[in-house]
Amino acid sequence: MPLHIIACVKQVPDPEAPASSFRVDEAAKKVVAAAGVAPVISQFDALAVEAALRIKDAAADTKITVISLGPEGARDVIKHSLAMGADEGVLLTDSAFVGDSYTTALAISKAIEKIADYNLVLCGRQATDWDAGVVGYGIAEMLGLPSVSLAKSVVVQDGKVVVERVLMEGYDTIEAPLPALVTVSNELGEPRYPKLQQIMLAARKQVTVWGAGDLGLDASSVGAGAVRLNVERLFQPVSEIECEIMEGETPEETASKLAQRLREQKIV
Amino acid sequence: MANGIMVAAEVSGGAVASITLEVLGAARRLADQTGQPVQAALIGSGVEGLAKGLIAQGADQVFVVDEPALAKYSCDGFVAAMEKVNAAASPSAILMGQSDMGRDLGPRLAFRLGSVSAMDCLSVTAQDGKLIAERPCYGGNARVTHSFNTSPAVVSIRSKAQEPINRDDSRQGQVTKVAAGIDAAAIRDKIVGHQEVAEEGMRLEDADVVVAGGRGIGSAEGFSMLEDLAKALGGAVGATRAACDNGWRPVSEQIGLTGKIVGPTLYFAVGISGASQHMAGCSGAKNIVAINKDPEAIVFKSSRFGIVDDYKKVLPALVEACRKLKA
Repeated sequence: MPLHIIACVKQVPDPEAPASSFRVDEAAKKVVAAAGVAPVISQFDALAVEAALRIKDAAADTKITVISLGPEGARDVIKHSLAMGADEGVLLTDSAFVGDSYTTALAISKAIEKIADYNLVLCGRQATDWDAGVVGYGIAEMLGLPSVSLAKSVVVQDGKVVVERVLMEGYDTIEAPLPALVTVSNELGEPRYPKLQQIMLAARKQVTVWGAGDLGLDASSVGAGAVRLNVERLFQPVSEIECEIMEGETPEETASKLAQRLREQKIV
Repeated sequence: MANGIMVAAEVSGGAVASITLEVLGAARRLADQTGQPVQAALIGSGVEGLAKGLIAQGADQVFVVDEPALAKYSCDGFVAAMEKVNAAASPSAILMGQSDMGRDLGPRLAFRLGSVSAMDCLSVTAQDGKLIAERPCYGGNARVTHSFNTSPAVVSIRSKAQEPINRDDSRQGQVTKVAAGIDAAAIRDKIVGHQEVAEEGMRLEDADVVVAGGRGIGSAEGFSMLEDLAKALGGAVGATRAACDNGWRPVSEQIGLTGKIVGPTLYFAVGISGASQHMAGCSGAKNIVAINKDPEAIVFKSSRFGIVDDYKKVLPALVEACRKLKA
């Protein structure tokens, strides 16, 4: 039986953009998109697609569907995933989907139910904007799937998923029966970079678009009216530190001054 | 329904994990602010004896689920056990440490209870009758404060962001056993293997002095100067993700948003630009010294002391100066 893997991908502001270009609009409680810096696929989500592709490398009849929830422009991260080698895409876009992690998990899990006939759901461990690491768990809970997080390796064998889960001091090997949900961490390695030919081929792959109505969801269950986790305030912390630059005629003099200051301040 | 602030206690190596003591401290302060008791959930097998220690560190009530199926952590087992404890205790909030266990248990438990979680928070306080959890986001470039529309509010707290209370063995509390009846066969996620990464010397998180290097070190060999400085100060060596991805240092030394979070007294950032994903890992340091040949490097904005020079010139001199200090 061929495997069907669903990978969830999110479009985020580029975390590699210079820190000086980062701005928060406190009144709108939103990050201001840095001028001229294109959004990107969230790094760990690209690794979720990579993990799916490694399984497909070993079992060629594996099908990979990528789902993204976001504005119309999120289509770009679906295209990128298709160019990496995923087979089909689903874009969930609707103003009703703009809400908290509960809304995101609910909409994605309804979409996965609608797609049906899947064996494995892969997500990034956390999105590189909110850094929260919760939506994967929400999807798993709503679909009734076992969840395993922080994968550095994902292998399917004998109707099970076998995951090496990253710990602070090493890793655990964890098994769970399929269907299951796994979140992927950077220790998995590098995501493959699509070649031009694959980018062109990807343009012909199917991308389906669904809104709240297609998933049987309305304003009572998703979006601004259904928020469970409120954003009270979004702001840039102000650093109160004044850096003392040590100087000297020679490195020895500079180093000696620093050591002296550290001793004076009882730091060393 | 302000029934209590619950702490999901973590047991590691037969003892209560130090992060749990920190979370108990935060819970104690929050409970005193809001006039609620501190409840602790103690889950595992053969763990009942640890309840007294939780009371000494701030808990007023300890709910114990002690069953063989819970000898090792599993998402299914521990979420189910916490569900039973939640039904017995009805807390207004459930707190835990942002650890291997907490980051897995917290979000799933929140969704199980029809609620939401705020993860990797720096603080949780009561303001204007609301529970407010503050956490970094956007790689540390921003901070967000959250309030909750559902109960219980689930909050995980970053390591070393909160202080434990002083242990007080005279504190009194109640211990209640909860029969969760967790069926081992119903637990779908099973640990079948474990690999410890042998860390030489002290744990990075426990080191009082950390000497960290980034892309600017340029090679694995360059790190030997950092090792010398660490040795001279009795500290440990750390690295940025870039340095680890380049294979210059092992992954166990990675400091940053997805690596280790450290809070030493003294942190040297050598050849590190200061990008927020890395600074998220060391912003808990009491004193940061930046050494970078680029005067515009943003690391200087987060540092108490700085030297603008090539680390290859500065470090040998600094090692010598520190050896003299320590002599």
